[in-house]
Amino acid sequence: MTRPVLALEGVTKSFGPIEILHGVDFALHPGEVHALIGENGAGKSTTMKILAGYLDPTEGQVTFGGKPTRFAGSDEAEDLGIIMIHQEFNLAEHLSVDQNVFLGREIKRGPFLDHKAMRARTAALLSQLECRVDPATPVNQLSVPDKQMVEIAKALSRQARVLIMDEPTAVLTGRETEVLFRQIERLRAEGVAILYTSHKLGEVKRIADRVTVLRDGTMIRSDRTADVTEDDMAAAMVGRELSDLFPPKAGGGADAILEVEDVSVPGVVEDASLTLNKGEVLGIGGLVGSGRTELAEAIAGLRPRSGTVRLNGQDLPPNQVAQAMRAGLAYLTEDRKGAGLLLDKTLRENLTLPLLETFGRPLIDRGREEAALDRAIDDFAIRAPERGMKVGDMSGGNQQKLLLAKTLLPDPQVVIIDEPTRGIDIGTKQQIYTLIAKLAAEGRSIIVISSEMPELIGLAGRVIVMHAGRIAGELAGDAVTEGNIVRLAMGMDDQKDSAA
Amino acid sequence: MNTATLRQTRRPKVNLAVIAPVVALVVLVLIGIAMNPNFLSFANVTNVLARSAFIGIIAIGMTFVITSGGLDLSVGSMAAFVAGLMILVMNLLTESMGGGLPVILIGIALALFAGLAAGFINGILITRAGIEAFILTLGTMGIYRSLVTWLADGGTLSLGYEMREMYRPVYYGGIMGISWPIIVFAALAILGEIVMRHTAFGRHCAAIGSNEKVARYSSVAVLRVRLMTYVMLGLLVGIAVVMYVPRLGSASATTGLLWELEAIAAVIIGGTLLKGGFGRVWGTVVGVLILSLIGNLLNLTDFVSPYLNGAIQGVVIILAVVLQRNTGTAR
Ligand SMILES: Nc1ncnc2c1ncn2[C@@H]1O[C@H](COP(=O)(O)OP(=O)(O)OP(=O)(O)O)[C@@H](O)[C@H]1O
Ligand SMILES: [Mg+2]
Repeated sequence: MTRPVLALEGVTKSFGPIEILHGVDFALHPGEVHALIGENGAGKSTTMKILAGYLDPTEGQVTFGGKPTRFAGSDEAEDLGIIMIHQEFNLAEHLSVDQNVFLGREIKRGPFLDHKAMRARTAALLSQLECRVDPATPVNQLSVPDKQMVEIAKALSRQARVLIMDEPTAVLTGRETEVLFRQIERLRAEGVAILYTSHKLGEVKRIADRVTVLRDGTMIRSDRTADVTEDDMAAAMVGRELSDLFPPKAGGGADAILEVEDVSVPGVVEDASLTLNKGEVLGIGGLVGSGRTELAEAIAGLRPRSGTVRLNGQDLPPNQVAQAMRAGLAYLTEDRKGAGLLLDKTLRENLTLPLLETFGRPLIDRGREEAALDRAIDDFAIRAPERGMKVGDMSGGNQQKLLLAKTLLPDPQVVIIDEPTRGIDIGTKQQIYTLIAKLAAEGRSIIVISSEMPELIGLAGRVIVMHAGRIAGELAGDAVTEGNIVRLAMGMDDQKDSAA
Repeated sequence: MNTATLRQTRRPKVNLAVIAPVVALVVLVLIGIAMNPNFLSFANVTNVLARSAFIGIIAIGMTFVITSGGLDLSVGSMAAFVAGLMILVMNLLTESMGGGLPVILIGIALALFAGLAAGFINGILITRAGIEAFILTLGTMGIYRSLVTWLADGGTLSLGYEMREMYRPVYYGGIMGISWPIIVFAALAILGEIVMRHTAFGRHCAAIGSNEKVARYSSVAVLRVRLMTYVMLGLLVGIAVVMYVPRLGSASATTGLLWELEAIAAVIIGGTLLKGGFGRVWGTVVGVLILSLIGNLLNLTDFVSPYLNGAIQGVVIILAVVLQRNTGTAR
């Protein structure tokens, strides 16, 4: 075997009094794709940040090219060719795509910035990633997956010897993931060492040469991917055998609870109509940018729209999110960091924000808030080392669980969940799927928007597929298959049903 | 499973940024005692407190505005304008009604209403017309300043002698030697602290300042809450004016000059984040006291020239912000 480029030796990491990583040994080799997997909060991101110089180990050491190294900061690691893509975006929202890609490493001509060269380089990188974004667009106008592609472009623009990617595919759809994997294969052939983490074990099996499992801050095992199955990986992560991922589907009644008619959002959604029945789980599929999120936000009163939305026969006016929530409709955003959680506030403050008024008036009853948090921690198995910590310091998956708890706090009748399991480990995924089935069994109605095919197929009895802002078709029962969804999503089906 | 530990641990940490303003205040008081034996005399303490009251009352409102991510530069001119308007109307009423308590009551009501209205105008233009708070209040700051100069015709508006005598006790009177401005300031500060920490409104302010989009997606009425912060600030300006006018009985183009900067400085020294997302009213009170103690100390001693008051206050403000930033980026 080749000599490792970058390695951890007996690394321990503590935040305050709490030890998160316990004596981790870990090595990355050139030309090898290494996957790091584990439950939410196992310490994957922390491990990666130590490797890339963002955090210092509390004990133990990092070696680079066999020599013990202590990075003064991520800049120093980056100069050595260690590049990391973070789980959360690190983009300057108001700057354009090309300005972000070259941030801190601007191309200059004499004392001046060479805008043309940077723009051209960015365009080339993006086309390599088959991403149709204009380099001049400000980042805050991009969709979540496009932002991720910009992050990837930024990483590719550096001369990487080690590329570390923290859940790069969590926000990508299948097509974009394929594009990314082609780039990973190219870099592997060029001898770059790649570390990668994902909760999508199928991907890990496909792309990784070696897989290492982390559980509660300890290395459990490390194998050649060829030698293990997905089930082995899942069992090692969770520490027990996992039964079926999806609970049996419930049929749902015949009474419509949510009726959406001819809803349009200028430029993104055109004449979308759908009906959601009581106790039903309805899926919405489609490519990124097909208008799924925009449709959901329009229904939830978060966007201006035309057309009608009726909940229980009662009209919901556009752009009135509070009214929609009071009527019993809740929406879980796909943009956890930007629209879902206050990262610099505690768990409690985040959980109760949507309906603070019900926690006592005029003065908030702290005791009831704490009780609600206790319940949420139990119901959603939220793991945070400290109760009073800032949400931004929690692991990504646990943030998602908190967001779910927050969305469900008002006890809504209709829940629209946009990417329910983004960044969530397989054990928790199973819990969330069970929870969704349970909500439906209790008579609540759920719309699940997802880029993960198995999720749509496993959860929803009926799936609506969107293409280019329109509803391209509806599938039910046995017709809900990956092939059918993809065909509709690509706009390959004749437009018969949507013409109505 | 971690959930077991999660239930027990409540945060025990003592944060330096939290107590720093208090430490600074204590140090100032100790210096004061060392320098001048009269420093802790009842007369001096009440004098400092009464003078702090105007800025203090305004700074309480400013805490809410800044916490929710806004800013109001117009409060000083607004105070001058409201004071001028109040005096003008009271003088006119004295002519027609012949003075008396009703004139004072009408004057007070007018000041409160004018402050409220001015705050509402700021707020509505910022939230509905979407004008940047900094720019808009820079504009209204100039407008009110010019209006009061115009009302006073470039000079000074003075309350009639009889009215002035009758209104005087509102500043100089009080309970058990503690003057009304101090009592009102203290009451409003306590109320403000409760509103900020224990009501949905206060929590919503912090949420909006922290991330407006998250607040909106959580069905917080973002525009209404932000409007309310400006209205509240305007009303507090009105209350400050009601306390201020009986002190000198006049208003001119220089009334309330730089009050906005002192109020903002007090808020920041007190630990409220200038970019919004976190605010505390008790900190603001400490900030106000620190600023006025610096002035008082320089007056009581001849160690440093009182003309350097501004310079020392400036250093304190810069230190406060440096402290905020360092604790904000702790790894
Ligand atoms: N700055 C910090 N302060 C305190 N605790 C932290 C901090 N950063 C991370 N942690 C804690 O360390 C643990 C490991 O977090 P990490 O982000 O590495 O998990 P992860 O394996 O990446 O999980 P996920 O799959 O959810 O992303 C978590 O319990 C997290 O709350
Ligand atoms: Mg992580």
